[in-house]
Amino acid sequence: MARTIIPFGPQHQVFPEPIHLKLVLEDEIVKEVVPALGYVHRGLEMLADVRDFHQMIQICERVCGICSTIHAQCYCQGIEELMGIEIPDRARFLRVIWAEIHRVQSHLLWLGLFADAFGFESLFMQCWKIREKIMDINEATGGNRVNPSINIIGGVKRDMNPDMAQWVLTQLDLVEKEVNHLEKVLLNDYTVKKRTVGKGVLTREKAMELGAVGPTLRGSGVEQDIRQIGYAAYGELAHRPVVGIDGDAYSRNRVRFLETLQAIALVREAVSKLPAGDISVKVKGKPEGEVVTRVEQPRGELMYYIKGNGGKNLDRLRIRTPTFANIPPLLSMLPGIELADVPVIVLSIDPCISCTER
Amino acid sequence: MKEVISTTKGTVVSKTVDMKKDGYRFVTMSCVELDADTVDILYHFDRDLHLKHLRLTIQKKEAVPSVSLVYFAAFLVENEIQDQFGIRFDGLVLDYERTLYLEKEAPDAPYCRISVSRDVKSGED
Repeated sequence: MARTIIPFGPQHQVFPEPIHLKLVLEDEIVKEVVPALGYVHRGLEMLADVRDFHQMIQICERVCGICSTIHAQCYCQGIEELMGIEIPDRARFLRVIWAEIHRVQSHLLWLGLFADAFGFESLFMQCWKIREKIMDINEATGGNRVNPSINIIGGVKRDMNPDMAQWVLTQLDLVEKEVNHLEKVLLNDYTVKKRTVGKGVLTREKAMELGAVGPTLRGSGVEQDIRQIGYAAYGELAHRPVVGIDGDAYSRNRVRFLETLQAIALVREAVSKLPAGDISVKVKGKPEGEVVTRVEQPRGELMYYIKGNGGKNLDRLRIRTPTFANIPPLLSMLPGIELADVPVIVLSIDPCISCTER
Repeated sequence: MKEVISTTKGTVVSKTVDMKKDGYRFVTMSCVELDADTVDILYHFDRDLHLKHLRLTIQKKEAVPSVSLVYFAAFLVENEIQDQFGIRFDGLVLDYERTLYLEKEAPDAPYCRISVSRDVKSGED
């Protein structure tokens, strides 16, 4: 059988953002994959050259529209480490609360897109309908549905009074109830299983070797989550990574589904332990030296390398996003599978291209 | 950054092999321009949530041995550094020849404050 090359993307109905995969096929089976990037590269890292290090928070929030708060948190954490700033306890817990709310909305967005990838339109709509409640929480607590700007160097700029915290918990109770209703379909439905079980298998060994992160890594049985380091207030909360076994698209789906419920539990616990006090400290001086800092984004490990020279601009800001790390594992999942399964498997790593290219 | 090990062009691949043998996961690489002529290339590794780094300081004009044969995942970031800083990597498993993000006519090394230009016809710096 002669080899055929199929261009998959950059515009494809399963891709919310453009990426191009050159698929080399024999019959209907994928033999090789070559990725092509560069459709949404913005050069955001270079803005550190011209923007004040405080202004860079807003730039970092715009690396990704889905996990904006967590990008800013990672950046602020790095600058705080460079400048030896210890943020108030209340700010540490508030960062966790907003980060986990973000995780819920990101996972619900993905669960919907994943359902859409295998043609389950009603499931897609159901996931996004539930997600609307989270967007309302973002707007009410952070002033913006998509980019709630919370983090500043030295803490957070918004507080959550007891009434607001109670309202958030009430909304999350409703979200949890509705997410639980989805379990029967997302994890047990015949159609879902038929399209995901045994598809795009990534073994534990391959996941480690190829540098997979987040649910892609944990779906392959590796119990690793940057939250285990205990940054912000995670060290004081009951958190254990959700792990899958089979390393297939179904396993990654299951990890994200359970992490959605776990994130709600973490918000609940963080609110119950929320200490009184200030939400930020005054920042004096400029960052100097170099640091590597990491947080767990919904898609996995996010790493910032920051180098300061004691001035208002940074010498270097380097961002390694989780999708960037999950592209090599994706290339290993695709060979040997049928063309019809490519969209489901590509979606199973939860690709974010604007994050990847920055 | 706590554990940073200095390395040279001659030893970077063997030290990366040692990291792999010791069970480290390749996290990424960072390229940092130091002055008009030199850059630092940092190799970041993780084992059980513990980070370790290799630091390679080189001249911008020098080619760097690729570690993508040791860690396949490195091919993407090495191509990115080729695009952004104009540093060349020898032995890349998949070489985009500076077109991962950029068009062929894009300026050389857009992430360098002072960049080295390349003569496209002769291939010389």
